[in-house]
Amino acid sequence: MTVEAHTISVLVDNEPGILARVVGLFSGRGYNIESLTVAETDAKQNLSRITIVTRGTPMVIEQIKAQLDRLVPVHRVRDLTVEGPHIERELALVKVKGVGEKRVEALRLADVFRASVVDAKTDSFVFEVTGNSDKVQTFIGLMQSLGLVDVGRTGIVAMSRGGEAL
Amino acid sequence: MKAEESVTTGADLLVKAMIDEDVEVVFGYPGGAVLPIYDSIFKQNRLRHILVRHEQAAVHAAEGYARSTGKVGVVLVTSGPGATNAVTGLTDALMDSIPIVCLTGQVPTHLIGNDAFQEADTTGITRPCTKHNYLVKDVGDLARVLHEAFYVARTGRPGPVVIDLPKDVLMAKHEYRPPKKPVQHKSYRPQVKPELKRIEQAVEMIAAAKRPVIYSGGGVINSGPKASKLLQQFARMTGFPITNTLMGLGAYPASDKQFIGMLGMHGTYEANLAMHGCDLLLNIGARFDDRITGRIAAFSPGSKKIHIDIDPSSINKNVRVDLPIVGDVAHVLEDLIRVWKARQPKLDQKALKAWWAQIDTWRGRDCLAYKQVGDVIKPQYALERLYHHIKDRDAYITTEVGQHQMWAAQFLKFEEPNRWLTSGGLGTMGYGFPAAIGAQIAHPEALVIDVAGEASILMNIQELSTAAQYRLPVKIFILNNQYMGMVRQWQELLHGGRYSESYMESLPDFVRLAEAFGAVGLRAHSTAELDGVIQEMIATPKPVIADILVDKNENCFPMIPSGAAHNEMLLGPEDKAAKPVSEEGMVLV
Repeated sequence: MTVEAHTISVLVDNEPGILARVVGLFSGRGYNIESLTVAETDAKQNLSRITIVTRGTPMVIEQIKAQLDRLVPVHRVRDLTVEGPHIERELALVKVKGVGEKRVEALRLADVFRASVVDAKTDSFVFEVTGNSDKVQTFIGLMQSLGLVDVGRTGIVAMSRGGEAL
Repeated sequence: MKAEESVTTGADLLVKAMIDEDVEVVFGYPGGAVLPIYDSIFKQNRLRHILVRHEQAAVHAAEGYARSTGKVGVVLVTSGPGATNAVTGLTDALMDSIPIVCLTGQVPTHLIGNDAFQEADTTGITRPCTKHNYLVKDVGDLARVLHEAFYVARTGRPGPVVIDLPKDVLMAKHEYRPPKKPVQHKSYRPQVKPELKRIEQAVEMIAAAKRPVIYSGGGVINSGPKASKLLQQFARMTGFPITNTLMGLGAYPASDKQFIGMLGMHGTYEANLAMHGCDLLLNIGARFDDRITGRIAAFSPGSKKIHIDIDPSSINKNVRVDLPIVGDVAHVLEDLIRVWKARQPKLDQKALKAWWAQIDTWRGRDCLAYKQVGDVIKPQYALERLYHHIKDRDAYITTEVGQHQMWAAQFLKFEEPNRWLTSGGLGTMGYGFPAAIGAQIAHPEALVIDVAGEASILMNIQELSTAAQYRLPVKIFILNNQYMGMVRQWQELLHGGRYSESYMESLPDFVRLAEAFGAVGLRAHSTAELDGVIQEMIATPKPVIADILVDKNENCFPMIPSGAAHNEMLLGPEDKAAKPVSEEGMVLV
């Protein structure tokens, strides 16, 4: 059985302990989490959206979805990977320290990647880069030799294409 | 004036809400954090409290109550150690899908997180061992949470629900309004009715079967007595052979000729070979547990599989099936019978006749046979004699965990659901006695017997005090072989007969132990004494320990060794040398 990566969106009640329930489910049953993001998305109805990227055989992925759906505060579970085209985005803050040619090269590359400068000192930049994980990863890789000192990544948020809501 | 009258404390409100949920009995143990609830219980007489001697036993007693009545079992324990002691019982209830609501005390909200006296992170600890749990921080949420907890516990696949109650919330003032029925949960909606399309597909598959077997489990019992009736109706309509899991015993009458016994690790030869050789496997409310399947790769290799389960996560978890049907067993069977009657499909009677002939050959092996020679009581013989004396009565049987449990499952016959209470999923030694107390509370006039081993019974022996206090005539039938029998059996079969720590030295004198608690103690040393002891045990209107000294070296057969397939089972001691356990099997539990 082949192992596949799946991006799963989960709509949950925004209540204390909900993230622990989801994370505990993954650790307790030995599933992988490659990326996990969570934030409130509907204050009025008190809903949060969790986006999980996980890996497993098709049987395990099916289990993960059924187990998530079994949690009482979970409203909906959608596997974006199997449900058609979708968009994935990630944001990273990338701190680069250096002077001279390296500094100029970092700024030039940032421009190519449409990363914006969100903080600047005479010997450092903080870039904000957004895109799919590959792009973010490539940008971080390029900064490695140009004085990369710090990285923060949000993990993936995802949404299906077209007019349908989760 | 009226509004003022309905203002009450959180604790009073809880008790009122429980009465509105038709709760009659609460099993519990007091402590600092729950004193307000105990005060509210003291001031009323609708809700009966049963004082156990250990919180684990409170949960098992509630499980026994729940399993024998179909109602939700209710537990009340204090914070910290009260809650942590309940964890084994909660896990047991989760594994066996038993509806429980467990109220735990908690330190006041302003102290949470301060490592206060008797503080534990109860919602954190119980998150993986409950169906759901709540921490109530506002008295205004209390009634809603309690009613929701009962709803979650008893609907869908039942399970334990914990409500953690800080003491200040219990003492806060609030008014109580009875709940609006029915409860509608915003995200939790179990699927009860099956899809009709799948029922129609199932009928086609069933009609085409040449070597079918029905494999039904605890889900039939959880679905209610109607599900058992429908199961019998469906089995008779088709004439198919039927086997039950350990948790499903009683859902189909054991005396019926279509019943081929329990399946699985210690199931019958005919049931396991039927599972192995069938071309259609109809799973009704069971979950392809590893005790049932043996080696997955070799499990029922030639069959089409239909799986009926209310829990979608049970489907395709261990075994891939051809047709999943999500729904409550009673609803599914009702639809299945209706569609079957409407279509009147023709079964392949010739093939079925040949299949039954094959099954009858397997039956002819008489796989449960044992040799009772001499005076020393064989455990199987003790259970056969016990069954002889109780078979005409409506008896409730609980068990502990181990050899005695498997023998009880093999040798006691159940004709009706809710009469057999055992710890199947978690395998909790110490379950049976408190569960028997719970069943006896629910059925004061019934005969309730805990079939026990001398090792398991010591795990919750303190409950003799509970039985004595409430004059519960629970019977403890100990098959005493002075070993942790199943551990010894595995050590014999898998570890070269090195009986590491499985011999129980310094066992108590169970007769005097019973007497010390105000119960009655009896003992049988030999076959000649056995029937007399059983009769006296049944006739005594008090709690009784019957200490039955049995053959120390008897092993439980048939047995599918770990890592083996259904057709590789060991039938008896002569068989074991010929089929050594594989390396892969050794790592399995």
